[in-house]
Amino acid sequence: MTARTLFEKVWENHLVRHSPGEPDLLYVDMHLVHEVTSPQAFDSLRMQGRTVRRPDLTLATIDHGVPTLNRHLGITDPMSRIQIDALVRNCEEFGVKLFGLDDPRSGIVHIIGPEQGITQPGMLIVCGDSHTSTHGALGALAFGIGTSEVEHVLATQTLPQDRPHSMAVTVEGDLPTGVTAKDIILGVIAQIGTGGASGHVIEYRGSTISGLSMEGRMTICNMSIEGGARAGMIAPDDITFAYVEGRPFAPRGSAWEAALEEWRQLSTDPNADFDTELFFQANRLEPYVSWGTNPGQTIPVTAAIPHPDQAENPTERDSIERALAYMDLVGGTPITEVEIDRVFLGSCTNGRIEDLRAAASIVEGRQLAEHVSAMVVPGSGLVKLQAETEGLDRIFKEAGFEWRDAGCSMCLGMNPDILNPGERCASTSNRNFEGRQGPGGRTHLVSPAMAAAAAIAGHFVDVREWN
Amino acid sequence: MKPINTIVGSLAPLPRANVDTDQIMPKKYLKRVERTGYGEFVFAEWREADPQFVLNRPEYRNARILVTGPNFGSGSSREHAPWGLQDWGFEAIVTFSFADIFRNNCTKIGLLPVELSEKEVAWLMELAEADPSVQVEISLPDQSVTTEGFSAEFVIDPYTRWRLENGLDDIGLSLRHTDLIAEFEATRPSYLPSVTTG
Repeated sequence: MTARTLFEKVWENHLVRHSPGEPDLLYVDMHLVHEVTSPQAFDSLRMQGRTVRRPDLTLATIDHGVPTLNRHLGITDPMSRIQIDALVRNCEEFGVKLFGLDDPRSGIVHIIGPEQGITQPGMLIVCGDSHTSTHGALGALAFGIGTSEVEHVLATQTLPQDRPHSMAVTVEGDLPTGVTAKDIILGVIAQIGTGGASGHVIEYRGSTISGLSMEGRMTICNMSIEGGARAGMIAPDDITFAYVEGRPFAPRGSAWEAALEEWRQLSTDPNADFDTELFFQANRLEPYVSWGTNPGQTIPVTAAIPHPDQAENPTERDSIERALAYMDLVGGTPITEVEIDRVFLGSCTNGRIEDLRAAASIVEGRQLAEHVSAMVVPGSGLVKLQAETEGLDRIFKEAGFEWRDAGCSMCLGMNPDILNPGERCASTSNRNFEGRQGPGGRTHLVSPAMAAAAAIAGHFVDVREWN
Repeated sequence: MKPINTIVGSLAPLPRANVDTDQIMPKKYLKRVERTGYGEFVFAEWREADPQFVLNRPEYRNARILVTGPNFGSGSSREHAPWGLQDWGFEAIVTFSFADIFRNNCTKIGLLPVELSEKEVAWLMELAEADPSVQVEISLPDQSVTTEGFSAEFVIDPYTRWRLENGLDDIGLSLRHTDLIAEFEATRPSYLPSVTTG
């Protein structure tokens, strides 16, 4: 039998139909739905007189537009309320299970899948959201789709897809202290650019990756899309199995044993070929900070902001000049001299319990810089509860951080949590696009530890020198 | 979806790389639950910030083809971005490379994604900047882009071309395989999760 990659195995396990010259028809094991990209899909189903083929394999949550403060007052933004009400009604009408706002299990769609044990190795998972790649950390093939495709999955539980290429991103060696999973993925994207993995599914491998916790692996797979990849995956191992075991939707008893036997087959065969291979040495990675307006515009914390004269071609020069102007930065300035106004800790990239612990350990016993305001938004209701059980909320609050309810929040500012024009934010989220966190807002992507240290210092600092 | 055969129209030049869907359709408009009416919001923040932005210039108002830089449509999967471009009046986007989800979304709604070489895109960009009224023809059957003094071929997979030429939507096509879907379902391992069992 031909040697195959992890991605090829999971792809082939979901082939409903393969016909040369046509896209493969793939079966979707779990379809995650949220309020922003689904209303038009449900409307169209209704107009066509179609039903949801597998409501039992469809899970909806409300995350993008929810307020993180005073939620008991309901949704005050009239447009968000209409959108959320539409999802509630659509779920009732089509028999789709919804984790509603009053459900402690609700939260960001990519946090709750793994948290509930709904995300399992070897599954094919889709959602109308580009950060669906997060679920690949458990060895699932998971990718974002548009609303027309959401409708297609609702109606058929399948999706026609052209097979992407495969890419191996291998990271070897021990991570230096202060360098985290977020820095690995920022370092990779800084090198390949935001389109560097277009048309590919990335498998992250090597000793550095196998040494990461599930939370760290999810952070890495989450940002695969920021390198342009269709999905990111990591082969499941004992760390994965231990994470899944015992979660509410995980198999139990003999089903668990059967699943485990299958899941142990889910790794790339020794002689399998990837279409593209990249290698990174962990000991050469540093904490990273994005300086520009896309995630590829990222530098090590020890570096200076690029100058337009460093550009290799006119297009790059134009990109650097535009980004410097939007970010109100001067090329050549060390990034550690850049002062911040706001800090956002949260998102599907870094809103998990381990992220909050890492930030809390930096913050404990200290105070926010005077000119900085900061908020912590746990990724789910359960992450929030867990953090409160551990007393992390107290650490943050005593340091002057706001402790909020779960949701996507200021990662994309579809709720009231936005930057004011001109404000500069150290953010643990995934995108530093113009206006991403609010029109005119300026976003710098960092790890939770780097965000916490910046909150205290008032400017970016090298967390490796923090004491 | 409207079938596509030949698109004839003028060009609007947007010479920027890595244009992300947050710019094409800012999030504030994603709260709408409608499927139509996004044209007036396309590039809203760039149009507001710069009176000289290409879509603000009357000479480009009737352009049918957007010519732009590489990795167009990166970032968020929001289909609102292609909805907006199409609703504005664009029928094709010509660039050196597209982000994957964006390209997929375009082919679902009949907005034609055309990939040409870097040189060819640069040539069209210069043309569009020099003469906003120049007419360009994109033939899907011939997979060609032509105008006076210029002719280029583009690659599109035959299946997508067939679907776009006939205006076929995927759901109808996939529903022809309901038997195969049911057969597949019967073989799925029983340990797989269902939301009704947790």
